Amino acid sequence: MSSIFESQFRASATKLTADLRHRSLIRKALKGYEKSRDEKKARFQDWEAARQAAAETKWEAINHLDKYLSEFADNLARRGAKVFWASTAEEARNYILNLAREKQAKTIIKSKTMTSEEIHLNEVLAKAGYEVVESDLGEFIVQLRDEAPYHLVFPAMHLTRNEISHLFHEKLGSPETDNPEELTMTVRRDMRIRYCKADIGISGANFAVAETGMIAITENEGNARLTTSLPKIHVALLGIEKVLPKLSDLALFLPMLATVGTGQQLTCYNSMIGGPRQPGETDGPEEFHVILLDNRRTHLLADAEQRDALHCIRCGACLNVCPIFRNVGGQTYGTTYQGPIGSVITPHLRGLRDWKHLSFASSLCGACTEACPVKIDLHHHLLQNRRNAVVLGTGKLDRIAFRGFAFLVNHPGVFGVAVKAGRLVQRLHRLIASSKIDPLRAWTASREAPVIAKESFRQYWKSRHK
Amino acid sequence: MTISLFIPCFIDQLFPSVGISVVRILEKLGHKVDFDESLVCCGQPAFNTGCWNEARDVAIRVVDGLKNAEVVVIPSGSCGAMIRVFYPEIFKGHPKQEAALSLAHKIYEFSEFLVDRLGVVDLGSRFPAKVTFHNGCHGLRELRLKQQPRQLLRHVKELTLVEMDDQTSCCGFGGTFAVKFPMISTAMGEAKCASALETGADFLVSNDSSCLMHLQGLLSRKKEKLKSIHLAEILASF
Amino acid sequence: MSRRDEILGRIREGLRLRVHEPKRAATSSDGVRTGLTTREWLPAVPNDPEGIVETFARNCVELRTQYYRVTGLPELSGKLFELKDSEGWKLIASHRDPILDSVLPSLGLPFLLAEDRPATADVERADVGITRCDALIAQTGSILLTARSAGGRALSVLPPHHVVIARESQLLPDLPAAFELLNKTYGDAYPSLITLITGPSRTGDIERILVLGAHGPRTLTIILLRDPR
Repeated sequence: MSSIFESQFRASATKLTADLRHRSLIRKALKGYEKSRDEKKARFQDWEAARQAAAETKWEAINHLDKYLSEFADNLARRGAKVFWASTAEEARNYILNLAREKQAKTIIKSKTMTSEEIHLNEVLAKAGYEVVESDLGEFIVQLRDEAPYHLVFPAMHLTRNEISHLFHEKLGSPETDNPEELTMTVRRDMRIRYCKADIGISGANFAVAETGMIAITENEGNARLTTSLPKIHVALLGIEKVLPKLSDLALFLPMLATVGTGQQLTCYNSMIGGPRQPGETDGPEEFHVILLDNRRTHLLADAEQRDALHCIRCGACLNVCPIFRNVGGQTYGTTYQGPIGSVITPHLRGLRDWKHLSFASSLCGACTEACPVKIDLHHHLLQNRRNAVVLGTGKLDRIAFRGFAFLVNHPGVFGVAVKAGRLVQRLHRLIASSKIDPLRAWTASREAPVIAKESFRQYWKSRHK
Repeated sequence: MTISLFIPCFIDQLFPSVGISVVRILEKLGHKVDFDESLVCCGQPAFNTGCWNEARDVAIRVVDGLKNAEVVVIPSGSCGAMIRVFYPEIFKGHPKQEAALSLAHKIYEFSEFLVDRLGVVDLGSRFPAKVTFHNGCHGLRELRLKQQPRQLLRHVKELTLVEMDDQTSCCGFGGTFAVKFPMISTAMGEAKCASALETGADFLVSNDSSCLMHLQGLLSRKKEKLKSIHLAEILASF
Repeated sequence: MSRRDEILGRIREGLRLRVHEPKRAATSSDGVRTGLTTREWLPAVPNDPEGIVETFARNCVELRTQYYRVTGLPELSGKLFELKDSEGWKLIASHRDPILDSVLPSLGLPFLLAEDRPATADVERADVGITRCDALIAQTGSILLTARSAGGRALSVLPPHHVVIARESQLLPDLPAAFELLNKTYGDAYPSLITLITGPSRTGDIERILVLGAHGPRTLTIILLRDPR
């Protein structure tokens, strides 16, 4: 029994896997990234040791999460920041809505935060009458198109410059151009005014440093710096799992995030923000609100087998190497978090019954686990999700089929009969192969079926020993 | 030594020459080969589909059957990975846990058995052709097999090995994935076939027949001349 | 129960099931701490002063950061004058600092100072933001600055050109050294913003083609000031 989400996934996957233009566009985009990534990785004196250290650091943070979260919140509060603990998406949204109302805000500017997508913040704010603008270029583009981000690091990866030019022409009135620089400058000019006007700036955070009570934001454009500097009120929204124990841990995590996230040594701006404007500082927000979001992360934490999925630093490395992602694209997943990590955690965050299909839509090649900078056991977690789905009572047909198979296997006599029958069926099958009535159509629609050999290995072995 | 062969059902019925090649090679090296025909399946299809209890029902037979084996060889990276990496998982806390662990320690994929266990890289084989090698993912990432097949191929006379672009990317078979999500499986396979065809090779080689079955299915449908062949079949050409 | 206690409670409950600790990277297989740290895993940096400067310069080229090395204040003034003419600066934004105080007036241009709390709209009109910094980092070609050392948060990101003046003694080899410096300089009283700047602002969001000056400065100039012998 497939959920509506599975049906949507299948429909989108069917469409996109047949789209050869899409396939080659994504391949081209990722080839450039791969070259840069490999080059930066090679500069590390010991990339594997760095991965191990990163895994170890995140283990420490997550397995003592109560201690480090408390430290983080207390240090922030000491410097005048307001910390709000949100158990659910609704609580987080309401906090922001109440704040906006209280401050009589009109415009809100945002820098890139997947967590805000997770809680559907933009829709709710727009409905309440606030003007919300995404300042990150990629996010701005998909916001104008009213669609979900294609990739968690490169939201507009699936669009050509001509499509973007046409979009800007239509929505912003700018002249059509195929020059990426001109397109970027159009947005730069538009955004400048908004930064200066905005009443509230909402950001995410890549890391939350417990030792010093700071959030760390990694970016290239500078839009997050402006979002968190100019408006009078800065709100940072982050999942509770973003915690790192020490400030100096960033010396390891920032270059690793950049290396596999974008193929850079470091991104242009890595900012650590620890409070509103402090006494003696010449500018900066008057108020700094930090929203710590649970939204079922504690549910994942309690699953000891898959707890390490909370180590994720949202770098996108697993998406970039995943052959499923490369062929179906990020929007097909239908969830905030895409690719291998999304397939692993979405059942925990949104329910296994509705989202188990993502764990089955994988060949389990393991490239994701190999690529993960914090060594999350991604592909094995997909196997565990599959097992959990069966334990839940789904996949009854599969269980029956495999029980039948186990019976055959454990009764060689019956197995022999089945094989003989198979040879007969094979001849008949050739008549209907690939047609609409072919029961093996899932295979034969695109592939020739393998042929049962005239003499099996068993028969060969028997004849040797006559 | 006496080597116990485990020939999984799809090789037995669909690609018997792979098993026959393994026998010929091991006997040429002077070893005695044993085969228990009651061992049909390692249980991976059920395991991969989340039916771990059903997988174990099938696996128990394997664990019992190979209890007294000195060493076990299987010409499939994915089945080898199932036994070495996942049997310890599905037998955790089970009465047969110890037997399962013992089996996990004595099972070898065919190419790693030759190179790592026997220390043999040159079998005196001859195969005049240009070939390209596809790494089956389970073998590559669960068993860390990358160098062993290549070392063996490099010693085959008159054989030229060319590596394809994206050589470590998945072919798209993935067991039941191939029929549960055929559109994705096919797209992945097409990309892999394209990379293989670009090399201009005569043969596409792998140490996993399941990958070859999927890729050959695509190549045959497109009527491509590139032929798939198992590593053992090349090595048995002496 | 407060919201905080609710969440912490769920965390503690979830953590009752223990997960075994991963093998430590900085430990050999027989459990001995090897003393290796982040420094040993990150990209290597030479340990001689000239090697460090060369590494920094090389990174600047790769990042498209303009980089100059001058000796003494007169040469610094001269370089700024050159840039003023070649870039066509009309209005400068900057902050109070001994070095800046001595070179800015000689440029003959109006300048806004962060300490005077200029309106954002005015800073927006500036052609260049000239700041000091806490350090330069050779390993990555980065600038480390804070709201306290560089005239606030907006000054180094709002104007389209950012010029940083650093003493040669501020050039550090690597990232670990930068974090050690932060700790030493600020102790427990950190500024509200610390930023690592690595190259001019950029984006690859359109077909992965590199475009500079997405929102932050399009041009980044670093002037390394040596003291005259």
